[in-house]
Amino acid sequence: MLSGILLSDDIDFMIHGLFQYSFFGHEVWITTSHVCLLIVMLILIIFAIAANRAMSKATEVPTGFQNVVELIVEKLDDMVYSNMGNFGKRFRNYIGTIFIFILICNLSGLLGLRPPTADYGVTLPLGVVTFFLVHINQFRYNKLGDVWKDLTSPLPPWLPIWLPINLISEFAVPVSLSLRMFANVLSGTVMMALIYGLLKWAAVIWPAALHAYFDIFSGAIQTYVFCMLTMTYIKNAVPAETE
Amino acid sequence: MDFNENFIYGCSAIGAGLAVIAGIGPGVGQGIAAGHGAAAVGRNPGARSEIMSTMLLGQAVAETTGLYGLLVAMLLMFVKPFKG
Repeated sequence: MLSGILLSDDIDFMIHGLFQYSFFGHEVWITTSHVCLLIVMLILIIFAIAANRAMSKATEVPTGFQNVVELIVEKLDDMVYSNMGNFGKRFRNYIGTIFIFILICNLSGLLGLRPPTADYGVTLPLGVVTFFLVHINQFRYNKLGDVWKDLTSPLPPWLPIWLPINLISEFAVPVSLSLRMFANVLSGTVMMALIYGLLKWAAVIWPAALHAYFDIFSGAIQTYVFCMLTMTYIKNAVPAETE
Repeated sequence: MDFNENFIYGCSAIGAGLAVIAGIGPGVGQGIAAGHGAAAVGRNPGARSEIMSTMLLGQAVAETTGLYGLLVAMLLMFVKPFKG
C-alpha cells in the first residue's frame, strides 16, 4: 500500500520520537524538538555566562564583547519603550527574553537543526503565556465594571449580545499568535527539506540564498511580530496612563 | 460509503491544492500594504524606517490567513486525517 504521497524517501521534516516513557499511564516521547530546544538553551546559557563575565569587568568606554551586549540590551529596551511607553519597564525583561529565545530558535535552522518553533508544542505555550499576561494585567489595572464594559463593547453593558463574539476573539489571540509563527517557520522548514531532498546533489551553495530568506528574514520578522503583538495586546488591555 | 485508500489520498491531495488558493488573499493584501508603504516613503522619506517596520508588521499579520490555508494543506498531505 502507499506509505505516503511523497515522491522521495529522502524528504524528512517531521518530528521524530527519540525515547519513549510512560507518564502516569500516558505514552510520552522525548522528541527531536526537545533536543533542539536543549541545544538552543545551551547556546543561550553560554552566551549569558559570557555576557555576565564581560559585564562584571565592564569599563567606562565599552570594548569588544561588552559593546555587543550593550547594543543588544539597548535595542531591545528601545523596542519595548517605543511601543509601551513607561509601562514597558515591567515587561522589558520578559519581552527581551522571549525575543532572544524565539530568534535563536528560528535561526537554528541554519545550524542544521529542525527549528523548535516548527513544533506547535513550542509555540502554543508562548501564545498562552501572552494570553495570561494580557488578562492578568487587564484585571489588575481595570475595575471589574470596565472589563465587563469592554467585553460587551459595541453595545451598552446591560445588553451582552456581543459577549460570546468578544470572548471568541479573546481566545483567538493565543491561537492565531502561535499558529502564525508555527506555520511560518514550518513552511520554511518544509521548503528547505523539499529542496534538499528532491534536488540532492544539485542543491549546493545556491540554497544559501533561500536560507537567507526562510531562516533569517522570515524568522527575524516573525520574532519581531510576536513580540510586537504581545506588547500591543498587553498595552491595549490596560488604561492608557498606567505607569 | 466505502472508498479505497488511493481514492482518499487522491482527494486529499486535490483538497490540499485547493486549500493553498487561500494564498491569493494575503498576496493582494501584502501588495496593497507594500504599495501604500512605497507611497508613504515617497511622501515622507525621513520616516522610512518607521514606515518599513509598520508595513512589515502589517504584512506579517495579513499573511496569517494564507498560512492557515497552508496548514490545512499540510494536514491533508502529511497527517492524513481521512485515512479511513
